[in-house]
Parts: sequence; structure tokens; C-alpha cells
Amino acid sequence: MKVDNSLPLEYSTEENSLKILGFWIFLGAEIMLFATLFTAYFTLENRIGNGPSGAEIFEISPVLVETILLLTSSFVIGLGIHAMRLGNKKAMMIFFSITLLLGAGFLGFEIYEFIHYVHVGATLQTSAFTAILLTTLGTHGLHVTFGLVWGLFILIQIKKRGLTPETANKSFIFSLYWHFLDIIWIFIFSFIYLKGMM
Amino acid sequence: MDFFNRFAVPHPSFLIYGAMVSIAIAMIAVVVGITYFKKWGYLWREWLTTVDHKRIGIMYLIVALLMLFRGGVDAIMMRYQLSMPDNTFLDSQHYNEVFTTHGIVMILFMAMPFITFFFNYLIPLQIGARDVAFPRLNALSFWLFFMGAMLFNMSFVVGGSPDSGWTSYFPLAGNEFSTSVGTNYYMIAIQIAGMGTLMTGINFITTILKMRAPGMKLMKMPMFTWSAFIANVIVVFAFPVLTVLLAMGTMDRLFGTNFFTTDNGGMDMLWANLFWVWGHPEVYILILPAFGLYSEIISTFARRNLYGYKSMVASMVVISIFSFLVWAHHFFTMGQGPLTNSIFSITTMAIAVPTGVKIFNWLFTLWKGKIVFTTPMLYSILFIPLFTLGGVTGVMLAMSAADYQYHNTMFLVAHFHNVIIPGVVYAMIAGLTFYWPKMFGFMLNEKLGKWTAWLLSVGFVLAFIPMYITGLDGQARRMYTYSESTGFSTLNMVSFIGAAIMAVAFALLVYNIYYSIRYASRDIGSDPWDARSLEWATHTPVPEYNFAIIPEVASTEAFWDSKKKGHELFKGKIEKIHMPNNSPLPFIMSCIFFVFGFSMVFSIWPVAIIALIGILACLTYRSFEKDHGRYISVEEIEETEAKLRGAKK
Repeated sequence: MKVDNSLPLEYSTEENSLKILGFWIFLGAEIMLFATLFTAYFTLENRIGNGPSGAEIFEISPVLVETILLLTSSFVIGLGIHAMRLGNKKAMMIFFSITLLLGAGFLGFEIYEFIHYVHVGATLQTSAFTAILLTTLGTHGLHVTFGLVWGLFILIQIKKRGLTPETANKSFIFSLYWHFLDIIWIFIFSFIYLKGMM
Repeated sequence: MDFFNRFAVPHPSFLIYGAMVSIAIAMIAVVVGITYFKKWGYLWREWLTTVDHKRIGIMYLIVALLMLFRGGVDAIMMRYQLSMPDNTFLDSQHYNEVFTTHGIVMILFMAMPFITFFFNYLIPLQIGARDVAFPRLNALSFWLFFMGAMLFNMSFVVGGSPDSGWTSYFPLAGNEFSTSVGTNYYMIAIQIAGMGTLMTGINFITTILKMRAPGMKLMKMPMFTWSAFIANVIVVFAFPVLTVLLAMGTMDRLFGTNFFTTDNGGMDMLWANLFWVWGHPEVYILILPAFGLYSEIISTFARRNLYGYKSMVASMVVISIFSFLVWAHHFFTMGQGPLTNSIFSITTMAIAVPTGVKIFNWLFTLWKGKIVFTTPMLYSILFIPLFTLGGVTGVMLAMSAADYQYHNTMFLVAHFHNVIIPGVVYAMIAGLTFYWPKMFGFMLNEKLGKWTAWLLSVGFVLAFIPMYITGLDGQARRMYTYSESTGFSTLNMVSFIGAAIMAVAFALLVYNIYYSIRYASRDIGSDPWDARSLEWATHTPVPEYNFAIIPEVASTEAFWDSKKKGHELFKGKIEKIHMPNNSPLPFIMSCIFFVFGFSMVFSIWPVAIIALIGILACLTYRSFEKDHGRYISVEEIEETEAKLRGAKK
């Protein structure tokens, strides 16, 4: 494999740059996926049947905590990639670990939130609105869960194999994924929670 | 026994029992045959675990041809049922199942793999690359598609076929009105195959953007590569909509949600809208690569450069954008109001403009060309008038006010078959005939090929033109019978005769393959058609690394220029070549997906959970796997090259 040392490690081989472009295209598909969910959400938002509406069940405090956790984690993974570019394996691993911990915290609060919804009678089966709400949030939450496991695998690989073109490439792609989830959350926060509570 | 009762077909008939027996016999025959000829090892090493784009392409082709015949049998059963008034060959439930599976099989499991076969086989060769960007992912795409297709086909004999149309509109497709597991099959099998298609899209966009031969600027790509690029962009933007849609449909059916039901706030029209937001771009995913193939074939056999290269590209880009802006024309009569209908009416008619540009470009390519009437060219020439007829009736349907007369009649059925058969199916057969010598080293028989083309066209005209008339007279689609007094019987009989002629044409195609395998000359060289683009510049059969030296390109007709103008394609000397390793993982993972899908269809949760864990285990293994590929040494390449050059003489 040819390694081009004038480029950052994650771009240094041809295969690496292919993978990064491919992942960007995948993120394009992910945008369409969430766009469809949002479209369905906006269509079904007021179709609450006999169930509760958004204003009745949304609670601002857990949502705010989730938002802060996820936004911070996105900043921290940026620091992690910066450390990777400097070749500082230890700092990078610390930043990645913090990212994953914050992500786990986010997930914990989201699970709490879901339990709350079920308690107040907003289950998957209650109405079209609750179904699309839980599906949209759940899809994002599943992405975060998947990301946590994936990130953990990458951390293990960096610990074992060091910063190679391969592991750097994986870490960089993972950081794209993580930032993407953050952006989706901003849309969820603004257009589902804030709009719903207003 | 209760557990096993769910696997029974709810509406068994003689035909279904016959199918069960023949499927069982065929499977036993395949297993016994492979064992007898000791081919298990070969099959595993060379096909099931391969990551070579050419072999994956050929596997797509095999599935597409098999599905063509399955969908074709559905078609002939429908035409026979309608050939006489008050026919009792199929009952209403059976007829519903047949038209549903005909639509899905033909669009998703015949046309899609057929074009994916062309993507796989041709694109790396046309752009002078050694493989696709992600060979392993490509194998996964194929196997997911394959398992989706097999799962779907299983519905016929285990549990019952889907029966609510290929569009599967709710509430008809909901639990209340579709009580068998058929629609579960629809939701889950298409989901699995769709994931494969999405990965194909990502893979080929990356391949085309990053792996072109030196000198091949975007505007110097062969037209088929351009069309494939645009089609794959549409795939990436349209298929996630289908993913979400099918997930919501699955939840409605399995978990009791209310997305598309009629109570608790559910909205059935949401399904129709989202379905067509995916479904309309989907038809352009099929037709654009077909246009690309016609462009290649017409310029090759008119012996001229393609007329209006830039306008060809521009028109495809415009079509791809418009394809996302017309979806509501599929349900003008479902109450959006005049303003919405008018907007969608206009966007729909506007698509005729870029399509017309393409038709004229082909005509101008033919103008003053030295036309050679080979079989692929014959299909292309037949395509132009027949497809234009379909396009014109499309503009008729686009008029939303008039659509109240045509909606859901046989007129519509005639229209979309009129664009899909001369548009897509002809292109597939023409392309298959055109590229057959590149793949297998011998040509299909020209005489039989031309007979097939003419029979297919006569059959097509007889089968579908009468439907325009009965449609305008009010014959509704998807009705399993009609009474004598409607006066539809004569034209429907003509239609059946046409369908039978088409069946003969397809049988002739199979005979042609058999005949050519036995008798065709193997001494044809690597460029039997005197063609123009890079795929013909390498040897036949194509070595696994495609090109010993990566070609250098200076124009849209690189190979033609190297033949006629002395352009030098292969400069430099042979170096060792990096190739990806084979892997069993895509196949194994897709098998687990099959188990997952099957247990989801029948709500067998423990198995579904175990399968899901299996899928995650495969992903984990892949994450930790170290796979740096392998190198083919210079000596080995030189030996292969010498042998291939020798074999030509």
C-alpha cells in the first residue's frame, strides 16, 4: 500500500481517501433518512388521536441535559481528532473516551425520557403522533448506541495497534458520524421539542 | 402443530402445490448436481466468497434472468385469466397475489439486478479501474439483494404471497384487510434487498468519482458511466425514503403502531406519498442506465461519435432532479385539490422535454451514420418509436383533469409497460447481446437474436396496444374478471396472444444462449463489434485485474481513437497489482439476514433476536479484522497477458 506522507494520516492511502468520500455519501443518505422521518413527523404532529400532545408530555430539563451532553461530546471528539493529527495517541484516547462517556450519559437520559413517556401513556401504539415521535427519537438513539459500540471498538484497536493509517482513518470517519448525530440532535431539539413546547 | 400452521399457504391451489413440488425437485437437483460434479469447493472459492466485480455482476445477471421468468409466468397467468370473460382459472385472491408479485418481482428483482449487473460488470472496465471502490461491500450488496429476493419468492409457498399491489397502499395493506403474512414478506424482503441497493449506490458513486483512468475528466466519461453515476445518485437520495417507509409499515403490521391506519391519528395517504417519493425516482433509476446503454450501442453501430454529448448529460441531470418533483401524479384523483394537481401536472409534463432532447440526440447520431444492423442496434431502433409512443401517453396521463378518466384503468397499465418494456427490457437484452462476447468470449447468434427482437416487438404491440383502448373504454386494472357484456373480450384475447408471442420470444432468447454456447465461434478477438470505449481495450476473457497497465485517456472515445487515430492507451510498464482478498463474511452475514427476515415475517422473536446478535457479531468481526489485500506479481501478470494474447490468435 502506498503511503503519502504529505497528507494527514487518515487520508494517507488511496483506500483511506475512498473510504472517507464513501462515508460522506453515506451521510448524504442518512440526511435523507432523517429528512423522511422529519417529514413524517411534521405530517403526523397534530394527529394525536386519543393520546397526549407534545406540549403535554415534553419535559425541558432532561432534554436540556441531553443536549448539553451531546454537544459537548461533539466538541470533545473534535479535540480528539486534533490530538490524532498531532500524533498524540494518549491525548486522543482520553478525548475519545470522554466522548463515549458523554454519549453514554446522553443515552441514559434518553432512556429515562422514554420510560417517562410510557408512564404518562405515550407508547408506540397510542397514536400516530407518539409513534412517529418515538420512532424519530429512537432512530437517533439507536444511531448513538451503535456509535458507542463502534467507538469502543476503535478505541481498543488504537490501544492495540497504535495510530496507523487504518486506525486513524476509522477514527476520523467515526468523528464524522458523531458530528452528524449531533447536527441531527440540533434539529430534533429545535423542531420537535422547542416547537412542541411552544 | 399450531406453530407450524402459520407456515401454510392460506389459499392453496393446484398451482401452488405444483410450485412447491417443482421448487423442491429443483433444489434437490441442484444440490445433487453440485455434489455429483464435486463443485462445492469451486462454488465456494470462486463465487460465494468472491469480491471480483465481474463475477458479482454475472451473479446479478443470473438472478435477474431467473426472476424475469418468474415474473413472466405471473404475467402470462394474468393475461390468460383475462383473455376470456368470467374466466375461473384464477380466483380473486390468487389474482391479487399474482399481480402484486409480478410488479415487485419485475421492478425490484428483475430490472434492478439487471441494471446492477451492468454497473458491476461495465463501470470499472469503462473507467479503466481494477475494481470498485469497496469490493467487499459490493459482495455484501449482492448477497443482501439475493437473500431479499429469495425471501420474497418464498412467500409463494410458505405463508402466502403479498396481495395488496406492488404499491401496497394502506389501509388495504394493514392487518385489518391483509390478514396473511404476505405483506410482512413485502416489508421485510424489500427492506433487506433495498439495503443492498443503497450500498451499491454509495459504492458506485465513489468508484466513478475517484477511480477514473488518468485523463478521463468527468465530461470525457462514456455515456453509460454518466447515466450510471446519475442513477446511483438517485439511489442514494431515494432509497432511504423507502427504508423509513418500510420500517414504518413493518411497525404498523408487527408492533401495532398507527402510522397508516385509519384511527388514532394514522394517515393512510402518508404511505402513498412517501411510497411515490421513492417510487418515482425509482423508475428513473431504471430508465437512465437503459438510456446510457442505448447511447453506447447507437454510437457504436452508427459508427459516429454520440451527437450532443453535453446535452445528453445535462438532460439526465435535469431528469434526475425532476424525478423527485412529480410523485403526486400517481394519485391525482385522491383529493389534493386543483392547485397541487396543477403543479405536479406541469412538472410531470416538463420531464418530456429533456427526454425529447435525448430522443433527438439519438436520431441525430443515426443521421448520416453508417448504420450496421446488428441485434443490439435493432433493439435500439425499435426502442425509439415504441418508447416515444409510451412517452406521449405519459404526457396524456400527466394532464390531471383528464387523468380522472384514465386513473387506475388498463390505459395506465398499457402506458407504463410501454415505457418499461421498450425502454428498460429492450435495453437489457440489447446490452446483454452487446456485452455477451466481452463476458463469455463468444457471440450470441445474430439470426436468432433478430428473430427474438421482432417477435418481442410484435408480441409487445399486440399485448399492450389493446389495453389503451379497453382502458379508455373503462376496463379497470387489477380486476380479476369482467362480464361478457362489457365487450372487452376480443381485445383481451388479442392481448393474451401478444403475451404468448412475447413468451415465445423469451424462450427463443434462452434457446439462443444454449445454441450459441454449443455452436458459436470462440475465435472473435476482444473487440468483435468494432466498439469505442475502454471495456473493449482489454482482453477477452477479462483478467481479474482488468488492465495490466492503467490506460491513459484523452477523449470520450478513447478506444476508438487508439484504433483509428493512433492514440496510445497503455504507456509505461507492468507493475505489481494490489487486489482485495475474497471473503466469506458477506455471504454468511446475508444468510443470517435471511434468517432474521424470515423470523420477523412470522414474528418468531427469539430467533430474530439471535439472528440480530449474529449480524452484530459479523460487524464486530469485520471491525477487528486485518485485511490488507494481496499483490499479483509482475511475472504472474506477464504470464497471464502472454497467455491471453496467445489465445486470441
